[in-house]
Amino acid sequence: MILVVVEHDRGTMSPATWEALAAARALGEVHALTIGEAADGLVDQIGNFGATVVHQVHGDVLGDYGPEAWGEVVAQAVKALDPTVVLATGTDRGNEVMAHAAARLDMPMVANVIEFGSDELTRVRWGGSLLERCRLDAPVRLLTVAHHAFAADESPVAASATPLAVELDPVLSRTLVRDRVERAAGVTLATAPVVVSGGRGVGSAEGFAPLQELAAELGGVVGCSRAVTNNGWRNHTDQVGQTGTRIAPDIYIACGISGAIQHWVGAMASKKILAINTDPEANMVTKADYAVIGDLHQVVPAITAEVRRRRG
Amino acid sequence: MRILVCVKRVPAPGARINIAADGQAVDTAFLGFTMSPHEECAVEEAVQLVERHGGEATVLTLGPSEADEQLRYAASLGVARAVLLPITGPDWDPQRTASAITAAITDLEAADGAFDLILFGNESADSGGFQVGIRVAHALGRPMVNGIKGIDVDGDTLRARREADVGVEVYEVPMPAVLGVKEGINLPRYPTLKGRLASKKVDVAQVVPQAEAGGQQMVRLLPAAEQVSATVILGRGPDAAAAVVDMLQEIGVLK
Repeated sequence: MILVVVEHDRGTMSPATWEALAAARALGEVHALTIGEAADGLVDQIGNFGATVVHQVHGDVLGDYGPEAWGEVVAQAVKALDPTVVLATGTDRGNEVMAHAAARLDMPMVANVIEFGSDELTRVRWGGSLLERCRLDAPVRLLTVAHHAFAADESPVAASATPLAVELDPVLSRTLVRDRVERAAGVTLATAPVVVSGGRGVGSAEGFAPLQELAAELGGVVGCSRAVTNNGWRNHTDQVGQTGTRIAPDIYIACGISGAIQHWVGAMASKKILAINTDPEANMVTKADYAVIGDLHQVVPAITAEVRRRRG
Repeated sequence: MRILVCVKRVPAPGARINIAADGQAVDTAFLGFTMSPHEECAVEEAVQLVERHGGEATVLTLGPSEADEQLRYAASLGVARAVLLPITGPDWDPQRTASAITAAITDLEAADGAFDLILFGNESADSGGFQVGIRVAHALGRPMVNGIKGIDVDGDTLRARREADVGVEVYEVPMPAVLGVKEGINLPRYPTLKGRLASKKVDVAQVVPQAEAGGQQMVRLLPAAEQVSATVILGRGPDAAAAVVDMLQEIGVLK
C-alpha cells in the first residue's frame, strides 16, 4: 500500500497533494493520511484523486500545522499501517514533515523524486538543473514528489474514512504555528499571470521604474534576479529562482537577465518567456520563446507606450 | 547567545554545472566555490544576533579540507570560532552527515556548554536533501522549524517567521533550538579588510568524523533535460515594440 501524506492548511488541501496522489496511483493501492480535525472534510476530494482509504488522525497538538507533531504522526502511521512507500509533497511543508518522520524512524528519505524505477529513483538536485539517480536501502521508502513533476489528473473512487489512533507527547506543541500575518489580497509573484523581471542589466534600483510601469499596464508584478537582490536594488521577496520564488505565469518578461541556471529553474515553468537583452547569446535569450535584442531601457518603455496606444 | 551555524561548501551559484565523465560527481575543474546561499544568510543572522544580544558564533562544516576557505569566509564576517569535519571522497549521504554533525556538536557542547541556537540553511544548494538539520535537531532532542525568514529573541524564546502561500506563519520556539533559514532573511554583508586579515589567524579546529553510511546511495548524476527552444526574435531595439504587443495579444495576455 502507498500512503500519501495530505498537505493542507487548516482544511484547505494543497494542489501539490493532488500531484502526489496522482503519482502514487502508478505505484499501487493508494491510502491517504490526514492530520488534524480540520482535514476531515477532505475525504471526497482525496477520493477524486484515487485514494481508497483516508486515515484520519486527531490529537490535542494537531490544532494547527506543526512540523514536529506532523512528523511524529507520519512516523506512527508508518508503524501502524505498514505501507511500502510513503509519499509527501515536495514543498516546504512536505519535505519538512517527511524529514521529521525519517529522523524519528531512523530511515533514509529521498526528497523531490521525479521518476520511480523498480529499484532506482530519480530526484532533482540544484533546484532542478541536475538529476540524481539513487538507490534506497530501507524497509519503507520515504519520498517526496517534486512539485510540477506529475500531472494532477483525477481518477475518482469512493474513498472511505477511518480513524487512526496515535499517542502524541504534549511537548510537540512547541513547534506549532502560533500566529499568522495574512497577506493582503492581490496578485503575488507566485500567482501573477504576468511577471516583468529585471536583472543586472537594469543597473540600479531606480532603473526598475519602467518595468513597474509595464507590469502595472499588463496586470502583473515585478520580479528580479539574485544579482539584483544582492545589490540591494529590490527586496528578496521579488527574487525569482532556486533560492527565491518559483513562478509559472502566462508570460515571463526577462529584462537584462543573463539566465544563470539557478535563475532559470525558478522561471522555467512559465508558459511563455520573452527575453529582452543586448546579448543575443545570453542563456535567457537562447532558451526563451521570444526575444528582443536591444537595450531594455529603450525597449521596455516602447512596449508600454505601444500597449497604451492600442488601448487608445 | 551561543550560536552554531552549519554550512556546506558548494559550487558558486550562477556557474554552469557539468557532470564528470563517470557521472559520480560534478566536474569542479572550472568552478568557484562558496557556501550555500541560505547558509550565507544563516552566518549573517548569527553575526547580527550576537551583535544585538552578545555572545559568540561558531561555524561548522563537514566537507573536503578545502572547505577551510568557507569557514574563514564566515570568520571574516564576524564568526569567532570554526570547526572542520574533514572527509575525503564523495559527499556523505544525509543520515551519515547528520550523525557526524550531531556527534561533533555533542563534543563541542560538552567542552564549552550548550548552544542556544543552531542554524542550518533550509537545504543545501547542490544536493538539496532537505533533511540534515532536521535529523540533527531530532537527535539532540531540540525543536526545529525549517524555512525561516525572520528571527527575534524574546527571553528564552525565539519568534521565527516563515512565508507560506497565505501569508506569514509565526512560530515561538523555546531555546535551545534549531532553525533552518532561507535566503532573504537578511542581506549578507561583505567582509571588511580587517575581517579578512583576522580570519587568516582564526584557529580552525579539525575533528575527523566517523559515522556509518545511511540508506541512500547515489548511483549517478544526470543532466536535466535541456529545454530546447527555437527562439523567435521579434526584433531589435525599441522598434520591436509593435511585434511584442502583437505577440501579447496572440497569447491572450493583452485583450
